[in-house]
Amino acid sequence: MPHPLDARALAALAANPGCRRRALLDGAGVDKTALASKLGSPAAFGQSQFAFMRGNAFEAKVKADGGRELLRLLGIAEPGTVRVPELAAAGPEGRVARTALALREATEAGTWALLDHPLLSLEVAGSPAHLEPDAVVVHPDGRWTVVEIKSFPMIDGAADASKVGAAARQSAVYVLALERVAALTRGAEVAHSVLLVCPKDFSNLPTASVVDVRKQLSVTRRQLARLTRIEEIAAALPDGVTFDVEGCSARELEAAVESVPHAYAPECLSACELAFHCRERARGAGAVEALGRSVRGELGGLTTVGDVLAAARGEEGDADDPTVEALRRAAALRAEALACR
Amino acid sequence: MSLISTLARLEAVESGRAQPLATVRHRHLSDRPLVLVPLTTAGEAGAPLGALVGTDPGEPRLLVVAQPRDRDLRFAFLADLAEEVLPYVDSFTDVVEAAERSETDPETGKKVKVEVDLCADAPQVIVPSRAGIEYVRLLGRSMRFRRTAEQDPETPFPAPPRVPLLGRWLTHFGERARVPGSSLLLSATDLLNRHWATGQSSLEDQHLGALLAWIDADGPESGAEAALRAELGRDPQGQLFCPPAGPATDPAFDNRLLAPAIERFDRARQALASAEDGESADERLGELHVAEREIRRLILSQLRPTWDAVWRSVELLRELPAGERVADRWTRDRWSFTGHRDRIVAGEPPQPRRDDAVTAAQKLAARESAQSQLEAQEALDDPLVLAGRRLAGEAFVAEVVEVTMAWSESKRPSPRPLLTVRTDDRPHLGEGTKVYRSLEGKPQTAEFVRSEEDGSLVLRITDRMGRSKEPAPGSVPEKGERIAWTLFEHDQRVGAKLPEREETPWTHGGPPRSDTPDPELPDAVTPEDLL
Ligand code: SF4
Repeated sequence: MPHPLDARALAALAANPGCRRRALLDGAGVDKTALASKLGSPAAFGQSQFAFMRGNAFEAKVKADGGRELLRLLGIAEPGTVRVPELAAAGPEGRVARTALALREATEAGTWALLDHPLLSLEVAGSPAHLEPDAVVVHPDGRWTVVEIKSFPMIDGAADASKVGAAARQSAVYVLALERVAALTRGAEVAHSVLLVCPKDFSNLPTASVVDVRKQLSVTRRQLARLTRIEEIAAALPDGVTFDVEGCSARELEAAVESVPHAYAPECLSACELAFHCRERARGAGAVEALGRSVRGELGGLTTVGDVLAAARGEEGDADDPTVEALRRAAALRAEALACR
Repeated sequence: MSLISTLARLEAVESGRAQPLATVRHRHLSDRPLVLVPLTTAGEAGAPLGALVGTDPGEPRLLVVAQPRDRDLRFAFLADLAEEVLPYVDSFTDVVEAAERSETDPETGKKVKVEVDLCADAPQVIVPSRAGIEYVRLLGRSMRFRRTAEQDPETPFPAPPRVPLLGRWLTHFGERARVPGSSLLLSATDLLNRHWATGQSSLEDQHLGALLAWIDADGPESGAEAALRAELGRDPQGQLFCPPAGPATDPAFDNRLLAPAIERFDRARQALASAEDGESADERLGELHVAEREIRRLILSQLRPTWDAVWRSVELLRELPAGERVADRWTRDRWSFTGHRDRIVAGEPPQPRRDDAVTAAQKLAARESAQSQLEAQEALDDPLVLAGRRLAGEAFVAEVVEVTMAWSESKRPSPRPLLTVRTDDRPHLGEGTKVYRSLEGKPQTAEFVRSEEDGSLVLRITDRMGRSKEPAPGSVPEKGERIAWTLFEHDQRVGAKLPEREETPWTHGGPPRSDTPDPELPDAVTPEDLL
């Protein structure tokens, strides 16, 4: 069943594309926040109402004046007629169809158009997912530009690099989804740079910068192509597994979650609702990834804390294995240095 | 991360306690640091919500903005902050010692030595986390272009008198914090993470409460358990036991406690404004005070645990002896501080919004050289850091097994003794590779000659043995000595303790501000601007 992939789901996809557990749960539209609470490791995400109110007020300001404000940010002072098509429709399928129609009409009309919260669909791991960018601008020449409105400030023309990076990754997914529609629309082309709109300095005046997302596009394309199909993941599950958060007991849910392999890494903490649950599992199993992906990379074939330490102490492991050898030297040097304290 | 630090993390996992990453303290710690714990309003570019500030762990000053959207209240907050921070900064500006600096004489173009003042000590500001350092920069940026009524009687929303000056100092601290190894502005998490490895990832190590839980664990509870409580533990009202170290607040705090309290405050203010007679005004003023006190209580409840955690971090770090070369880096901080003091006294305009290309390149180069210098100094000060370099083949510890005197073949032969040394380390040496050891705090150079069949190495010492034919006493190692050699230079910088060019005030031949001939204009003010 398709369902909207929100910004967090997109971030989680980018942070950990290889995780089958997340893929299956997202693909099946499971409420991961509720699931995490029921498993006893509630997610720490939440939004302050101050941020929420300010974000909404800012977005409204950006979209004010029939889209003209936004076009001004794109550098268009005199846009002439600006179409702001009605996109409301029954159900997500209806909204996706309505969006595609509006895009086609606007492109044919050859004027500026602003699509406010269009709904797009994209195949993720073999299942359709819905995406809702803040806005899409249609240029008279048939180009479509994704607009991302964020509430972090751009101070002296520069915003926090990690936040811009996250916004770029998110927008790249929208661009991919738009490209599917553009492929079916004559004269349409999707811009590979997006318009990032933020408050300027310490004011609530909008300012914008054009962000090139070509790199993020190719990364995302590659990640999406590599995803294991959800049907395959589901086929590997034992019979009778369900993720009915309301209906199942915590114990049943735990077993169900456990039956799908996870790929925990600390990046999950800022992206996925199940992070604390998966972290507990990873730690419980002594997985070295819990300390970071780079740590895993350093330790060759050794995957658990116990194995690494046993190898470092010379209790286990093959002395000819270069990782084991390096670990033993590291342990000896460390011990020597600590002894002269 | 080097394999040695990874190993330390794994040992921390196993033991449930943080493990040392250093045997000495690698950052200067002032006897009288100023701790600043700021909070900001969620979703706003920089509307401060409150702060605890001060130099006495037992007596923080609490500053609160009861309604962050109110410009007057925000200005009052910044004025109060200036009142706390500036006297602290000023207390270091007047105590100076004489120092020498080489400068270019404007008339002759020659380098000359001039005697200048160097502040004997400098302020040190400690914030909880890296986000706190960024926030100090942000506050600095937001204030330094403000105009006071005295500067510009026409200015629409004049800032309180000392606020722009505070902005310039916070900007300077924020800028200095980007120089590796500097200590004018530090964060508690960076300090702790430099010296201890926990059994969690470096991402989780950014949480001050969780980090301290690993390092300061006592009793039967493991670091992981204590850290988990710090991360997630909530009281029956859904509030965190260990509030975030800021500047962001916990959304559950905002939504359940703060938002209703601010609403009450707003209502009380409206009621007071519409009071019709003195008696009801008195009563409503009372209600306003009650509402304000409640907000102060709430903000304090979020700040105090972090305040205590920062001071606890300072205490833990004080238990480590300072590395030998820490004082040298602090001297550079003192130059940086003195330079900025002079710029302000000379009446220079505030730091520009953006550096011109020349300044930006200079800063980058200065940071890079500070980085390699820091790495070298830490390795020399600390055998545990050196161990990492030894593992990487960039240093080795060797025992001298033989000393053979030899001389150079010039007219006035100088000593060039050959050392045969034995080591278990595996340095990346090629013929002629220079290696260095520390001799009375100064580097002595040798070059690699060859490896012997039994694996021992032959080195030739090439300097620091005096001018005579016979080497000065003590300048040549003796048989049996164990010596640490590095393949990296100990002090890449010439004129090591001089201020960087960027730190030189324009009155002292500092950099020309090429693209900003005019002082920068203040930010445009809009009815809803935030700081
Ligand atoms: S938290 Fe768990 S389910 Fe979510 S992405 Fe990470 S490993 Fe996968």
